[in-house]
Amino acid sequence: MQIELRILRFDPERDQKPHEESYKVEAAPMDRVLDLLHKVKYEQDGTLTFRRSCAHGVCGSDAMLINGRNRLACKIRVDQLKAKRITVAPLPGLPVTKDLVVDMDGFFEKFRSVQPYLQTNTPAPERERRQSPADRAVFDDTTKCILCAACTTSCPSFWAQPSYVGPAAIVNAHRFIFDTRDDAAEERLEILADRNGVWRCRTIFNCTDACPRGIHITQAILEVSSKIVEHHA
Amino acid sequence: MIREHEALVVGAGGAGLWAALELAKAGIDSAVLTKLYPTRSHTGAAQGGVCAALGNQEEDHWEWHMFDTIKGGDYLVDQDAAEVLAREAIETVIELEHMGLPFNRTPDGKIDQRKFGGHTRNYGEGPVMRACFAADRTGHMILQTLYQQCVKHGVKFYDEYHVVDLVTEGGELGDGGRCAGVVAYRIADGELVTIKSKAVLLATGGFGRMFRVTSNAWSLTGDGVSLAYRHGVPMQDMEFYQFHPTGIVGIGILLSEAARGEGAYLLDNDGFRFMERYAPKLMELAPRDMVSRAIVQEIRAGRGINGKDYVYLDVRHLGRKKIDEKLPDITDFVRVYQGIEPYTDPIPIQPTAHYAMGGIPTNLNSQVTRDKKSTVVPGLYAAGEAACVSVHGANRLGTNSLVDLLVFGRRAGMQMAKDVRGVDMPEVGETAADAVRADLEALRTRPKGERKEAIRKELADVMMDDAGVYRTAEGLERARAKVAELRDRYQNVSVDDKGTTFNTDLLEAREVGYLLDCAQTMVAACINRTESRGAHSREDFPERDDVNFLTHSLATKGADGSVELDYKPVTITKFQPKPRVY
Repeated sequence: MQIELRILRFDPERDQKPHEESYKVEAAPMDRVLDLLHKVKYEQDGTLTFRRSCAHGVCGSDAMLINGRNRLACKIRVDQLKAKRITVAPLPGLPVTKDLVVDMDGFFEKFRSVQPYLQTNTPAPERERRQSPADRAVFDDTTKCILCAACTTSCPSFWAQPSYVGPAAIVNAHRFIFDTRDDAAEERLEILADRNGVWRCRTIFNCTDACPRGIHITQAILEVSSKIVEHHA
Repeated sequence: MIREHEALVVGAGGAGLWAALELAKAGIDSAVLTKLYPTRSHTGAAQGGVCAALGNQEEDHWEWHMFDTIKGGDYLVDQDAAEVLAREAIETVIELEHMGLPFNRTPDGKIDQRKFGGHTRNYGEGPVMRACFAADRTGHMILQTLYQQCVKHGVKFYDEYHVVDLVTEGGELGDGGRCAGVVAYRIADGELVTIKSKAVLLATGGFGRMFRVTSNAWSLTGDGVSLAYRHGVPMQDMEFYQFHPTGIVGIGILLSEAARGEGAYLLDNDGFRFMERYAPKLMELAPRDMVSRAIVQEIRAGRGINGKDYVYLDVRHLGRKKIDEKLPDITDFVRVYQGIEPYTDPIPIQPTAHYAMGGIPTNLNSQVTRDKKSTVVPGLYAAGEAACVSVHGANRLGTNSLVDLLVFGRRAGMQMAKDVRGVDMPEVGETAADAVRADLEALRTRPKGERKEAIRKELADVMMDDAGVYRTAEGLERARAKVAELRDRYQNVSVDDKGTTFNTDLLEAREVGYLLDCAQTMVAACINRTESRGAHSREDFPERDDVNFLTHSLATKGADGSVELDYKPVTITKFQPKPRVY
């Protein structure tokens, strides 16, 4: 079938502002949007610019706004979109470098700000630190994050206040706060109790809807908020 | 622009990140360059597990792991390297756990382990539970954990810097010269940045994108391997390329061997577990080269599903609980990319190009070597899939890629930290970037020529059809001629994007050039090896020939651009070559 792709283009060397361009491509129902972007780039216009790498939803390179929702281009099929016209635009809320490429530096800076690494007060034992399967299960969901930024850039609170640390950073803090091996939960809770921390979440659930890994992000944010309340009580 | 660091790591997968950690811990001024963001690296796509003889589930010993690795590699493995691999697997996995890696746990809280292909107890008696895992996203956890530790230790990153050349001092690297740094293309604005350094690690991964059906990311184009080759370093054992048996039909996405480790079946059109015909003892858990060949044989015999070019992977009998707990990601891939429900339906699979056993030759300390006497190239190191130590020989066992990048990435970092203390910073000027700047400018500004994607596709087709699971002299000659033709046409390749901002058109064209180098050497090495060993299966020479070919190939770039082949002996310590049956 023929699909019309409407892509928001912007080349800072040529354009004053972003503009939409339309491309017609032949597509099969099981094709992914990434396949269509490749068809445009390789058969029609090599200047079309986007990031991609693994092409199966684990590296997080190709998050973009597809038919109004943040998704990975490699993980959404043409038949799932149920439309002859597909719009593609860069992730909202981040500076656009070119076409579908956004500047991710600020996003990763926020990730780094929550101390996303294991911190322990005890010397490492000879063998592994023990952890029960039940304790391991508590933070399983938040270990799945691939830092694609689909969640953070779908969040109206982030759009309104770009200094908000955002869902992805909170997810990664959650992954350590609830890890029984970690001893730095309090420090992270202090960071997230800041005015740019968890309290900016308005439980809109956009992040949860956007997550290509199916992480229950809003729930994770609420668990961190509860922990902060508990911690301050 | 010129910068300097005592040590540089090129590539931010598992090998590069661990090396960077060692450098940071040693207090060495160092940095990591990556053409992606670090967490996009393909280590993150590894699924099933990382083997280490922890013995958490049943008796196990590193000697058994060493033996399995050697036999799995059809005795082309350097046994001193396999010993290092199997011994240090244990401490590196424990160290990863200490870094925070969230492994699955046994009921008593230890790292959980499961079976994997070719990993056996007591020197081949039967499968052993050796693969330490985190569901079927072990690589994701390794990559995230190592990146987290890099954040903790303040490692400096050059994100989205594409390394386009190596800088040398005192001659080419094949002639005694020293590696003095790299030239990198800053993707955001096209600026060329020369970074001088005393020690450069190439941890750039493999080159699976030379094949039509591959599990590899788009970024896996052999950059580091090719750059080393262009500067005179040989490529070792390029003829050994692994096809993973269970890729999603047509698009090659990997479905982990962990499925079979957990008990999944491979079925032919009659519903028969056909591995009984090929490896009655290990069945579905035979090494990958054997299973891939078995699948091709079944298809050729007309026993593919409905006579087509695929067979079934069947997980239905494992039950929903086990599938959800142990194999959540790959079953998700099946739903998304095949539209099939693995709870209730068998999964169509076919072999997919997966892993380069060959690459840049290194010694046990990840130092690059340049000849059959293993003379060290000063200032240059390699680790991970880009390197060839050789621990995988003619065929890599499942999980050993992760073990390799952990063990030898760590060793690389330690060795670099030691080496930089004794040498002076090289003298490198602005002219170091002149040659590659001219190349890139010619490519960017060439008005109208060959389309890079046409070249890449034609390459991928011929490599898949004529240098794939099975090879013949006739097919390989066809591949040689085609690659030569494509190399000619590549001289006239042009790009649409003439800009300097985030020009992926330009960089992809550059990557096609790297793939052509890798393909050229691979085909040459395949033609010369008139035997079948591990993943190199010559239909016209079906037997292993230890008299003539128990030896590593070294492919060097000749003065006229042709490939010159030489051979170096295999290191044999504990295990004499035997017939390889499972």
